[in-house]
Amino acid sequence: MSDVSEALQEPWPNLAVQREGVSFGIWVFLASEILFFSALFITYAVYRSFNPEAFAAAAKETELFYGTLNTGLLLTSSMTMTIALRAATVQWRGVTLVALALTAALGLAFLLCKGLEYHDDLTKNLFPSAAFPLAAPPAQLFWMMYWIMTGIHAIHLSAGIAVDIAVLLLFWRRILPVQGSTMEGVATYWHFVDSVWLVLYPLLYLVGRS
Amino acid sequence: MSLDQFITEASGYARRVDETFWILVAISCVVVFLLTGLILTFIIRYRRGSDAPRGPLPEALKHEIEIGWTSATFFLFLFLFWWAGVELMAASSPPKDALEIHVVAKQWMFRFQHPSGAREIDELHVPLATPVRLAMTSEDVIHDLYIPALRLKRDILPDRYTYIWFTATTPGTYHLTCAEFCGTNHSRMYGQLDIVTMQDYARWTTAQPEGDDLAHQGDKLFHTVGCSGCHDSPGSTVHAPDLHNLYGRLVQLADGRTVTADEAYLRDKILLPNRDIPAGYAPDMPSFRGVLNEGQIVAVMAYLKSLSTTSNEQGARQ
Amino acid sequence: MTDVTLPFAPQKEVGTESFLDAGHTLISWLTTTDHKRIAILYAISITIFFFIGGIAIGLVRLELIEPSGMFLTSDGYNRLFTIHGIIMVWFFLVPSIPATMGNFLLPLMIGARDVAFPRLNLLSWYLYVGGAAFTIYVLVAGGVDTGWTFYPPFSSDYSNSHVIAAAAGVFVVGFSSIATGVNFITTTHMLRCPGMTWFRLPLFCWSMYATSLVMVLATPVLAMSLVLIVAERAFGLPVFDAAKGGDPVLFQHIFWFYSHPAVYIMILPAMGVVSEVFACFARRQVFGYTFMVYAMMAIAVIGFMVWGHHMFVAGQSQLANLVFSFLSFIVAVPSAIKVFNWTATLYRGQIGFDAPMLYALGFLGLFTIGGLTGLFLASVPIDIQVTDTYFVVAHFHFIMVGGSVSAFMAGIHYWWPKVTGRLYNEFWAKFAAITMFLGFNMTFMPQFLMGWEGMPRRYHVYPPVFQIWHVLSSGGAAILAIAYIMPLVYLTLSLRYGARAGNNPWHATGLEWQTTSPPPKHNFERRPVVIADPYMYHEIGQPRSSHDTSPPLPQGRQI
Repeated sequence: MSDVSEALQEPWPNLAVQREGVSFGIWVFLASEILFFSALFITYAVYRSFNPEAFAAAAKETELFYGTLNTGLLLTSSMTMTIALRAATVQWRGVTLVALALTAALGLAFLLCKGLEYHDDLTKNLFPSAAFPLAAPPAQLFWMMYWIMTGIHAIHLSAGIAVDIAVLLLFWRRILPVQGSTMEGVATYWHFVDSVWLVLYPLLYLVGRS
Repeated sequence: MSLDQFITEASGYARRVDETFWILVAISCVVVFLLTGLILTFIIRYRRGSDAPRGPLPEALKHEIEIGWTSATFFLFLFLFWWAGVELMAASSPPKDALEIHVVAKQWMFRFQHPSGAREIDELHVPLATPVRLAMTSEDVIHDLYIPALRLKRDILPDRYTYIWFTATTPGTYHLTCAEFCGTNHSRMYGQLDIVTMQDYARWTTAQPEGDDLAHQGDKLFHTVGCSGCHDSPGSTVHAPDLHNLYGRLVQLADGRTVTADEAYLRDKILLPNRDIPAGYAPDMPSFRGVLNEGQIVAVMAYLKSLSTTSNEQGARQ
Repeated sequence: MTDVTLPFAPQKEVGTESFLDAGHTLISWLTTTDHKRIAILYAISITIFFFIGGIAIGLVRLELIEPSGMFLTSDGYNRLFTIHGIIMVWFFLVPSIPATMGNFLLPLMIGARDVAFPRLNLLSWYLYVGGAAFTIYVLVAGGVDTGWTFYPPFSSDYSNSHVIAAAAGVFVVGFSSIATGVNFITTTHMLRCPGMTWFRLPLFCWSMYATSLVMVLATPVLAMSLVLIVAERAFGLPVFDAAKGGDPVLFQHIFWFYSHPAVYIMILPAMGVVSEVFACFARRQVFGYTFMVYAMMAIAVIGFMVWGHHMFVAGQSQLANLVFSFLSFIVAVPSAIKVFNWTATLYRGQIGFDAPMLYALGFLGLFTIGGLTGLFLASVPIDIQVTDTYFVVAHFHFIMVGGSVSAFMAGIHYWWPKVTGRLYNEFWAKFAAITMFLGFNMTFMPQFLMGWEGMPRRYHVYPPVFQIWHVLSSGGAAILAIAYIMPLVYLTLSLRYGARAGNNPWHATGLEWQTTSPPPKHNFERRPVVIADPYMYHEIGQPRSSHDTSPPLPQGRQI
């Protein structure tokens, strides 16, 4: 039995309301994140509608292998995160810790693959510049979107990994009990970052490949 | 510079805009006087300690009043939208057969190119009572052409054409200026509009030193730069579209869409040729960015437009 | 001193430690999670920036006395008006009422002990400070000259100024906004005391809620627009590069999608404040409470649909112009309703002319004029003539200064006794309010005239025919500057020399007045229970004099 009273924070009257409040707050924050990415997606949509052929040609140069592998890693990490949340709710501390660790590991694996992919992309000069290999200038627009969209996603994922590890440590050192309000917020955020990738993947990797 | 150069109503459109403005001013004054009157009346009559009768208002009355002024406001605003919208719609189609003048804006000046070939910097001569259409583009940042006396303003964008059209009715010299912040000398990017009689305009045009009219210059460039090699060579192995009667036509694109071959389309074809490929053609055309400057593009487009006019108008080009 | 004895006030004044006394060290302030202390941290920060932004525009108005300039280069001039806009919008107006009064009062007004996420609240302030640090760097390093609107290609490819640092500062302070919004929305949903139903919330709380919705949903879009500018400028990525098929007008769409709702972030809180002040100083319920609530929510929602009216001349289609024009007329309707309702609140009231009321009355007049000129701008043919001229500058200053700043001052004066436990000098407060009103009109009325005549904005040098208006405007600005310095003096002096305020010097309704001035750290000795609607002024009648010994009011009422 963990000491639940430590989980209660000012100004909440009781833990149930606190949990609801934290969950509510995270969802409100995610609303802002959705709008943040929406501005990016709108830009992509507008530019693609102006230049469909150039986008299709440019998207063929993306590394489908890395993209698909990363999708698999993230989906699996969402599974492990869900396990962590479920375990936390029923106070299975050990399972929670392991699942959090696995989630962080899968996230780091994603970042590693992304790094390797970026390296390959740069070797092929797929960064908009004079050395860009494709002739049509709007192809550079696609690759501009690629770098910005995957870059911002990677930053969000890194934040998620950092929070995951921090919470893992807080649980491990028993500074916070696992059945407090924290786990749900962490899990919700992680699933959001995964969802963004699920939109990015077809937009960046599957265009022009059907 | 006198105030007349700003506030004169130099066209029928300007007069109508002013009408709309003054109607709004009148309505606003009525509202302000009414509200101020009410507020002053209330704060004097109901100041603390005065013996005016007070007491609660009946709920039903409150409700009726609320619905009342909400509806009144809503319908007034709807009316104002309609009034202004009609004004907008009336001015929204460019006149056919307008005199077309190209405007190139760059930090920090305006260059005007007349179809006769005449060029002006920061000064624009236009004839009275003639529909004029300005086709404007920028060489660098976003600028804006603002002519207060015509009540007209439009941003000027890089790599795109935007348009202003008008029929001037009051001769005189008027102010024109840049109205989109464009850097250090934004406030020094101004000039004047000279509205002159049609005879004076014709006289002025012929007196200009620039020789060839724009279409002629464009014809020469079309051949020297190499366009004719693909587009005008019967023996060429390259399958390139025929450019006669292209300007203004509908074009079927490879992806199924249909677009109009207007200035923007022609300009894209010259600079970003593989953007909207017409149906039945391969993306083989090279880009002429860096080969043709802005002024030359304008000339080539004038030439392409001349390929679409009737033989009557071709004769009138001189 | 004064008091109506109220149910939730402590039985004796002595012995209740106020939040100001709960720790006197700097560290206790810099690590506080008390929403009241965070409000004060914000108040100090935004005041500093208000004066920096004010000095910038003071120099601009001084320079504009002469048509060909006097002591500034054009580059210097451009940097001054840009930093004025950036500071006033993001480092003063957007946080002003929400981060100071919202932070201080929202938990008090709903009977809570603090906001939902107190540590996030502190982080909000540190994000403000972080953004401010970038801005100070920009100031010191030479400035930015793109205008507060950062339009490309100028900002991304042509400007020789500190665009990236300026954009970074705005990006960071934007997250301060978002965090505050998340906090307030959660607080309002989850921490209302028993009996405080949604439709018993004071209108100020509703205004904080509506503002927070806009902050949370609009600000991220601004953040992305700035990321894209920085990506283009720092990494050479062709985001808005027309030569590659990009579109600089797309930036304008993304930017204004935030920046129009942003103006509602700046006015909705003001509307909340003046509702409270009118009710108190007319001793009357706010007329049409329900309509007032729906009007604020309508403004917040429809405000997201009108951004294109900033782009009538930007090259968008006529259809877009028509649609945005129509919606802009529609969004004006709820604002008009609110003006009528405030006016009707005065009817049959018992009107006092204390300083907060003077500011609120000033708000009413100036907001009305500013709003009416909005109708001019919603009409496309008139907007084509006056956009990018001083007409627009006058319009938005009427709303944001005549409106929001007046309301900010009203709120500062109204709640000053609650926050500090002191009363300020009423004569100087009234004098400053009247001076501000007169100075404001003298500054901005001439700008409508010269805008209509064709005087463009963001102009360092200008045609001499406009000089008379510029001189008048600059004269007004000088008066306004004096009027702004006055409260700084008398309010500061009141902290030392002001008479002690009781719990409820204005005899106002609202839970914040039912605790000590200043409140204790956890706001209430006992958790309030609400059994009545707000603004029951007709039940408590006129304010009683300090000699009034009437019996205390019934237990448990919101008043």
